[in-house]
Amino acid sequence: MTDGNDATATPDGGSAKIRLENLSKRFPGQPEAAVDDLTLEIPEGEIVIFVGPSGCGKTTTMKLINRIIEPSSGRIFLDGEDVTKVNPDQLRRRIGYVIQQIGLFPHMTIAENIATVPKLLGWKRERIAERVDELLETVGMDADEYRGRYPKELSGGQLQRVGVTRAMSADPDVMLMDEPFGAIDPITRDRLQNEFLRVQERIHKTIVFVTHDIDEAIKMGDRIAILSDQSHIAQFDTPERILVNPANDYVADFIGRGASLKRLSLSRVRDVELHDWPTADEGASHDEVSRLLQSSDKSAVLILDSQRRPLRWVNAEHLQRTGDGGSLAETGLPPEAVVQPNATLSDTLNEMLTARYSTAIVVDQSHAYQGIVDIDTINETVRSMRTAERGRLRAESSEAEEVSS
Amino acid sequence: MSVTQEGHPDTESSFVGTSYHGRSLIGYLFLPALLLAAVVALFVAVSGRELSSGEQRRLTLDNIAVNAWQHLQLSAVSTALVLLIAIPVGILLTRPFARSITPPAIAVFNVGQAVPSIGLIALLAIAVGIGFWPVIFALVAYTVLPVLRNTMVGLRQVDASVIESARGMGMTKRAVLARIELPLAVPIIMAGLRTALTINVGTATLGAFVGAGGLGELIVAGIVQNKQLILIVGAVLVAVFALLIDYLAGIAEEVLRPRGL
Repeated sequence: MTDGNDATATPDGGSAKIRLENLSKRFPGQPEAAVDDLTLEIPEGEIVIFVGPSGCGKTTTMKLINRIIEPSSGRIFLDGEDVTKVNPDQLRRRIGYVIQQIGLFPHMTIAENIATVPKLLGWKRERIAERVDELLETVGMDADEYRGRYPKELSGGQLQRVGVTRAMSADPDVMLMDEPFGAIDPITRDRLQNEFLRVQERIHKTIVFVTHDIDEAIKMGDRIAILSDQSHIAQFDTPERILVNPANDYVADFIGRGASLKRLSLSRVRDVELHDWPTADEGASHDEVSRLLQSSDKSAVLILDSQRRPLRWVNAEHLQRTGDGGSLAETGLPPEAVVQPNATLSDTLNEMLTARYSTAIVVDQSHAYQGIVDIDTINETVRSMRTAERGRLRAESSEAEEVSS
Repeated sequence: MSVTQEGHPDTESSFVGTSYHGRSLIGYLFLPALLLAAVVALFVAVSGRELSSGEQRRLTLDNIAVNAWQHLQLSAVSTALVLLIAIPVGILLTRPFARSITPPAIAVFNVGQAVPSIGLIALLAIAVGIGFWPVIFALVAYTVLPVLRNTMVGLRQVDASVIESARGMGMTKRAVLARIELPLAVPIIMAGLRTALTINVGTATLGAFVGAGGLGELIVAGIVQNKQLILIVGAVLVAVFALLIDYLAGIAEEVLRPRGL
């Protein structure tokens, strides 16, 4: 193998936003180190996930970065600067911090909570107020309605949003997030994850994200560090490569059996080719629809309303039942399994299975019909992803051999 | 469920803040009115009676006002000293570096409360003489513990995640104490203070035995001279005074309680 360090970053420059160097943490009275000699580089603008079983030291490792837990030995670099010994309070004001319990201040309003770090940094009052409103709107909360409320008046999902918002308030380059979506119901969690990814597409923060949930890791991560005992890195790679090519049994075990299925979380509806489907306007006559159905190889026609929003599926049986010249307004099946382009294929498949359809309707933001994704498309995507990854890995390993020989 | 992802604010459990105290205006006025009625009834009853010369000398408004003022001073000064001692000590004992000295420190303060206050007052009168300050000392020794203990409990019950997130955002330890821990501990500290104040108002009555004055003088005089009327006046006034102070402390508790809790 070649010396890979040249390609990545060096402590004093390059693309690593955070560099951990031989970092260890020993807690007094414990025989083994909680974090043992960890060296890791976190690239700028990426979400890096620390994932591993409970007690593997992932949270401790994250907390070493902003020195909420002081390392016993080793060094931490932020932007190439050694921050192992700088004033920890100053350091933390540069790093956003979200914990699972969120930890909003119950005696302060939402606005005061969000304003915490800007206030510490001495921002002017007007600038803080502006920033608070802007951030609340970013996460879809009406500023006029929420800024004066107290945390106890908010739901779990809203508290979580405010927690993330508070961490972003002073616009830090780096954010540390410890199971930020851990204590929320699955539906809200999914929505918050998607929301967060959408925001991240715009702001490109460097994020260290801790979770014990491999599915969340695959969904959220640009890169995943799978950690075993004492925060040893079992594999540090992109989700695709970890799924296709787990480095060892530990990683394979941790991913579990559903690796192929999990790969579906990696691609989104907008990445695959949509199929056409025969569609008819809601005003279309019985005749028109049956002609359309006969001329296509599909078993049903999708009826759209005037704004091109899916209304009903109509098949031959429905047509027969209403008879010639009958109205189509009362017949057909409801359009379940409707997804938007940013839904993952995993979500899409889930929708199909729930609705017991072999197709999912894709609509845009305004719910207008875009096309169809079917089971075959999903199947094909899984297969091609696997082949592509295998090919790339093979190419890379032969390249490496050439260089070393 | 469809996989749409607009940011609906989930409003299911939102509600506008309810007021933290449920009392109506009438609820607030009830106790003061009752106490006023008791005092007026006492005044009417006493002035309607033929008083002996001893009673006449003792039960002048001037005399009673002096005693009430002394009583107020004893209660207020002792409680203020308790605050000045117990809250800083409570803060110190909850800091991580003090973990090992907390149990012995509590034991020391416990002694003050374990000794009966009348005994403590008597001992102090013998040791340092009679008057105002020995009584103050005894009252403070007696009531430091509840305030200290509540200060510590109040600070310790602050959610660790709240403190961690404050530290994680770069607040200094001192800022966390002043802006997060103490405000969140106020309700429990205030409850301890209210207890201390009530105890002090009651126990200050014993000050009369060692020449510190106070409403206890009426009671002592009533017992010594075997004048039931003086005894009753003293007892009723002490009770009214104690209830009034407790009532005011209750209002202070509500006013000082941070919003949002």
